[in-house]
Amino acid sequence: MSARDNILARIRSQSGRGGATSEAELTAVRAHIAQRIRGPLPSIGRDASPDRFVQESERLNSTVAEVASRKDVPQAVARYLEKNGLERRVVGWPSLATLDWSTAGIAFDNRQASGEDLVGITDCFCGIAETGTLLLLSAPTTPKLHALLPETHICVLSRARIVASMEDAFQLLREERTELPRATFFVSGPSRTADIEQTMVIGAHGPYRVHVVLVP
Amino acid sequence: MGPKPGTIPQETPARILRLARGTRPTHLFLSVFICVHLWITNFFHWPTEMQIQSMHFKATASAKLNDAVLQTALKKSKGKFVDGRAAAVAEVDLWQDIRTHAAALRDRVIDNLDAYLIEFEKNAIARGAVVHWAETAEEANAIIVGIARKNGVQTVTKSKSMVSEEIALNDALEADGIEVVETDLGEYILQLAHEPPSHIVAPAVHKSKEQVADLFVAAHHRPRTTDIAAMTREAREVLRSKFLNADMGVSGANFVIAETGTTLTVTNEGNADLVTTVPRIHCVVTGIEKVIATLEDFATLIRLLPRSATGQSAANYLTLTTGIKHADELDGPEQMHIVLIDAGRTKLVGSDMKDMLRCIRCGACMNHCPVYQNVGGHAYGWVYPGPMGSVLTPTYVGIENAGDLPNAATFCGECQVVCPVKIPLPDLMRKWRERQFDRALRPFGERFAMALWSAFATRPALYAFGSKIAARVAHWWGGKDGRITRLPGLDGWTDGRDMPAPAGKTFRELYAATRAKSGKTKSP
Repeated sequence: MSARDNILARIRSQSGRGGATSEAELTAVRAHIAQRIRGPLPSIGRDASPDRFVQESERLNSTVAEVASRKDVPQAVARYLEKNGLERRVVGWPSLATLDWSTAGIAFDNRQASGEDLVGITDCFCGIAETGTLLLLSAPTTPKLHALLPETHICVLSRARIVASMEDAFQLLREERTELPRATFFVSGPSRTADIEQTMVIGAHGPYRVHVVLVP
Repeated sequence: MGPKPGTIPQETPARILRLARGTRPTHLFLSVFICVHLWITNFFHWPTEMQIQSMHFKATASAKLNDAVLQTALKKSKGKFVDGRAAAVAEVDLWQDIRTHAAALRDRVIDNLDAYLIEFEKNAIARGAVVHWAETAEEANAIIVGIARKNGVQTVTKSKSMVSEEIALNDALEADGIEVVETDLGEYILQLAHEPPSHIVAPAVHKSKEQVADLFVAAHHRPRTTDIAAMTREAREVLRSKFLNADMGVSGANFVIAETGTTLTVTNEGNADLVTTVPRIHCVVTGIEKVIATLEDFATLIRLLPRSATGQSAANYLTLTTGIKHADELDGPEQMHIVLIDAGRTKLVGSDMKDMLRCIRCGACMNHCPVYQNVGGHAYGWVYPGPMGSVLTPTYVGIENAGDLPNAATFCGECQVVCPVKIPLPDLMRKWRERQFDRALRPFGERFAMALWSAFATRPALYAFGSKIAARVAHWWGGKDGRITRLPGLDGWTDGRDMPAPAGKTFRELYAATRAKSGKTKSP
C-alpha cells in the first residue's frame, strides 16, 4: 500500500465509508464542481464602476491616471516618472512595445525583467473594482516578473475591462480562455509588510509603487 | 516534534456521570470547599496549581507575562488586529451569510475529502505537476529532500508555510547540506534568531525593532538602524540575490483547487510570488484538508481571509499556480511538485472534531483570545498557538503532550464569533477536556473534585444543601468587613486580590423568602 492509498483508505474508514472511492462519488464531485456555485455577493462586490476601482486602488496605495486613448500612455508614463523622480527607462511587455515611447523621451526595453530594472510596465487581463485589484495572466508574451521585480510597476487597464468582483473576473476568464494560465496573478497595490512591530511599510519584496493608467 | 499517529479515543458522555455516582461524599465540608474552589477556578479560569505532564504551558505563560518586550508587542498588535478586523468586516454586508456559505463549502469537501483529493490530483497531473502523498512529517521531508537531491539543489527559497514548520522541513533540508532561506520578512527574522514563529500570520510579532536591528547587524554586517522602513529595505536587498539564484522554491498553499489542479498563495510582500516563479523547481507543501472545489469557492474564502486576518480588504498578492511553464514562457518553474500531507489530519475526518478541518489559518481566533493576547504564541509550545492551536496540537502531537492547551481558555467564546468559517472552537476545546478527564490525564485532585462536583450538580437537593453550607461558611470566613482575603490552598489567587464574601444565604433561599413575603408559594 502506498502512502496515497493509506491516506485515502483512512479518510474513507474515518468517514464510515468502506472500500475505494467509487466512480459515482467522483461523478458527483465533478457535477458539483461544474455548477460553479457562487457565494453571497456583498454590495461592494456588485459595483463595476471605474470610480469604485479607482477609490479602492487608492486605498491600497496605488495611484491612477486616466488618458483619452491608448496612444497617450507613453506621455502619461513620462509625467508619472517625472513626478516621482524616476529614470525614463522602462522594461515592458511586447504588447506595449509598439507605442511611441521615444517621443515621450522614454527608453522602452522589450525583454524579460531582471532584478536591476527599476520600472516595469504591463497590460493586464482585467481589473476588479471591489478591491482595486489587477489581474495578470502569465503567457509567453505576458511574463509575471515585470510586475514583481522592478521597484515601480505601471499597469495599463482598459475601463471596459473593469469587472465588479473576483467571481466576475473568473467568469470572464472562463469565457475567453480554455484553461487557467500557469500563473493567475492578482495584484492589489504595492507590496508591503507589517512584520516588524506591526508597522506598515510599503515596499517589501515586490514593487514600492503601483501606478494604473486607465485607457478607454 | 513530528506528529504521532494514533486515534482519538471515542467519547463516553455517560462516563462523567458514572464516575460521579461511584463517588460518595464522605466529608461534607471538604466537598463544599472543593466545589467553591472549582467555582472560583472555573469562573476566573485561574490555572490550577497542579502541574500538568509533559508540556509546560503554565510555567512558560508565567515567564511570558513578565517579559516586558513581549508584553509591549502584544499590546500593540492586539489593537491593530482587533480594531482592523472589526473595521474591515463592517464594510461587508452579508458577512454572516458569507461565513455560513464558506463553512458549508468547506464541509462539503471535507465530507468527501477522498474524492476531492483524487479530482485535484488528476487535474494537477494534467498540467504537468507531480503529486506526492505523505502520511507523516518524516515521509514529507524525505520526499522533499529527495526532490532536492535528485535535481542537485543547493539553495532553496521559502515563503511562509506553517505546514513546513509543522514538519520541521528546514532542519531536514539543512541536514542534507542545502541552504534554506526564509523570505517572508517575519520568518527571515526568526530564521536569523533561530526561533519558531509565535503567530501563524505575523510570525515575528513578539520581536521589537531593536531586537531585529541586532539580528540584522550580526547577519548583514551593515550599520545598525532601528528605522523599520530602512530595515525592510535592507532585508529586500539582502534577499534579492537569494530569490534570483535559488534552485528550488518551497511554498505552502492557502488552498488547492480541485477544479483546476491549482495551488495558491496569499501574501503581502510578494515573496511567495517570487518563490513560485523564479526557481526552476517549485515545491508545494500542504495539508490534505486545504482542498476546495472551485474558483468561485476561492472567491468566497478570499473575501473572508484578509479581512479576518489583518483587517485588509485584500491581500496584496494572490498567485494561483497551475502546473509548469510552457516551453516558450520566460518565467515559471520547469518542475512542480505538490506534497499532500496527512500527519494527523485524517484523525479528524469523520470525528466529532471534524469542524476543525474547515480552518483557513487566518489567525483571528488568536488575535481575539484573551489568553493569547497576554502570553503570546510561544507559550503554546508548538506550531499552532491560540484557540485553533489548542484544538490542533493535541490532535497532531497527542493530548498527553499538550494537556494544558485545551485548558488555556476563558471560554469567552470570542474565537468562535470571529472565526470566518464558524468553527465552534470552545466546544472543541471542551471535548479535549472531557477526553483528558476520561483518560485520567488530569491530576488526581482535579478529577476527584470534578467527580464530587458532578455528584452535587446532578442532585438538586444535595446541591441546595451544600451551597447553603458553603454560603454560610464563606460568610463567616469573610468576617466583619465581608471580604475573603485568604483561602487555604488558593493563595496564588488570594495573594493578589480579595473576594467579597457571600451574604450568608443562597439565591434560592432569598428567592423563596421574597416569594413567601409577596404571598406566592409556588414558582411560576
